Amino acid sequence: MHFSLRSAYAIYRREMARAFRTAFQSILSPVLTTSLYFVVFGSVIGSRMEPVGGVPYGAFIIPGLLMLTLLGETTSNASFGIYMPRFTGTIYELLSAPVGVAETLAGFVGAAATKGLILAAIILATARFFVEYEIAHPLLAAFYIMLVAASFALFGFILGVWADSFEKLGIIPMLILTPLTFLGGTFYSIRELPAPWDAVALANPIAFLVSGLRYSFYGVSDVPIALSLGLTGGFLTVCVVVIAVIFRTGWRLRE
Amino acid sequence: MLEPILSIRGLTKTYRGGTRALASVDLDIRAGEIFALLGPNGAGKTTLIGAVCGLVRPSSGTITAFGHDLGRDWRRARARIGLVPQELATDMFETVWRAVSYSRGLFGKPGDPALIESILRSLSLWDKKDTQIRALSGGMKRRVLIAKALAHEPELLFLDEPTAGVDVELRKGMWEQIAALKERGVTIILTTHYIEEAEEMADRVGIIQGGRILMVDEKRAMMERLGTTEAVIDLAAPLAAVPEALGRFAVELAEGGMRLIYRGGNGEGKGRAEVAELAQALTRAGIGFTSLDIHDSSLEDIFVGLLGHQGEAA
Ligand SMILES: Nc1ncnc2c1ncn2[C@@H]1O[C@H](COP(=O)(O)OP(=O)(O)OP(=O)(O)O)[C@@H](O)[C@H]1O
Ligand SMILES: [Mg+2]
Repeated sequence: MHFSLRSAYAIYRREMARAFRTAFQSILSPVLTTSLYFVVFGSVIGSRMEPVGGVPYGAFIIPGLLMLTLLGETTSNASFGIYMPRFTGTIYELLSAPVGVAETLAGFVGAAATKGLILAAIILATARFFVEYEIAHPLLAAFYIMLVAASFALFGFILGVWADSFEKLGIIPMLILTPLTFLGGTFYSIRELPAPWDAVALANPIAFLVSGLRYSFYGVSDVPIALSLGLTGGFLTVCVVVIAVIFRTGWRLRE
Repeated sequence: MLEPILSIRGLTKTYRGGTRALASVDLDIRAGEIFALLGPNGAGKTTLIGAVCGLVRPSSGTITAFGHDLGRDWRRARARIGLVPQELATDMFETVWRAVSYSRGLFGKPGDPALIESILRSLSLWDKKDTQIRALSGGMKRRVLIAKALAHEPELLFLDEPTAGVDVELRKGMWEQIAALKERGVTIILTTHYIEEAEEMADRVGIIQGGRILMVDEKRAMMERLGTTEAVIDLAAPLAAVPEALGRFAVELAEGGMRLIYRGGNGEGKGRAEVAELAQALTRAGIGFTSLDIHDSSLEDIFVGLLGHQGEAA
């Protein structure tokens, strides 16, 4: 199979440039949301909360908050990244270029993973102002953040190809991702839920993501880390396959 | 004859919703030529270009470019094809320089600032290189699209109405540009509504309507075959019938015998020569005339005439 590194890099650079153009907004909004959550949940409520699994409550919620912002930002960023060219017509260039699904994804997803890491760094730096914490497995955490960012960039890509209006573009992150992240153990440990809610909560795939990231931070988790990694990897694979089919059939891309 | 650089066979495109935009189009493009595709709105020009460039999935038919079947070997073919789309679709927030450099990278070519500079200079965009595209005028945006299409040094270039919205002076400049590209060996396929453009530049002209190619020919041959000269001669005194002396000329009387109209020739000077002879014959026959007006038909007249006939036939 043919792969053009130059083409992939061109797409990567362009995606990164797009992020830096709106750098102010891309930095300010996570800093602001994270700060608000910490003020309310970390400081005000958190001071009255028991430590969870030996982790002080303020620190306990960091991975969940990070996941909340990471999923939302990555998905909407990637979906806009492909929706806007479709909307304005500039996608003609990508379609007429000697570029296949591999280069396109490498460019888009590589950029998304990079942006995910930057975003995580910003959030973690913000969290420092509010609580003390230490990351038990920093490399695993970085890897996991990139894996999640890549997966949800792919998911956002599919969303951006599927959407034929701005409403549809916004509806999935708002109606599905945010509620599921809230219910996925961002602010509590699923293990502490009374039966049968602990089992119900595990039907929420995002619970596995939050749990996985929390493990990399504090070595404690609701579900085994291997399960989180496997599930994320599986989701990534499914998204790649869907996008490969989209490119093959030209669905919503070529007339 | 050389193998065509682009060969289209039986190309049909029916859009979802049932519009048949192309109906079994056959077309061969020769290496190094400028080919003008002429046709009214909705004729299928953009669809034809889209099918070659990968924007439109053909319903049936084959397209071969540089000997590669586009269905299978699209990568190698597309790397050598450039497209300037009809719609002004540009990344509004990019600068000219970045947008054009991106295009080159996207097509897998290594960076070449000197080349990008020469392209921008040749399109009078150099002083705008650091300007965001949204701050450019429509005509400048179109030139940015051309620069983007040239950035990867295509050998086959599609220009879908390249001069739409470009002012007269720049249009002339653009013609020179296109001629220069041809000099460098680039094969060019353009669509246009300005027939003078096809007349000025094209080697061959294809006329398309309703998704069918009605005619493809050398521009000169087309003018010769279908071109005519019309001469309107106002007479000093009315004639009842065309005199014997003028029998060999294709003339008829109009305006109650006050006007003599000649139609003939081949669009290549033969008509004008005949009109000169006609004038002498009139003088010899002692028929006085007060004015003589000659008009050679243009490609436009041919085009309008051809489409008109088709319209009547349909
Ligand atoms: N995306 C589309 N979906 C459905 N029908 C389409 C689509 N694009 C074009 N058509 C139809 O296909 C036909 C050919 O359109 P096309 O754009 O190829 O014409 P054109 O020759 O480029 O016209 P113009 O000179 O106006 O640019 C028209 O009837 C048009 O309405
Ligand atoms: Mg068109």
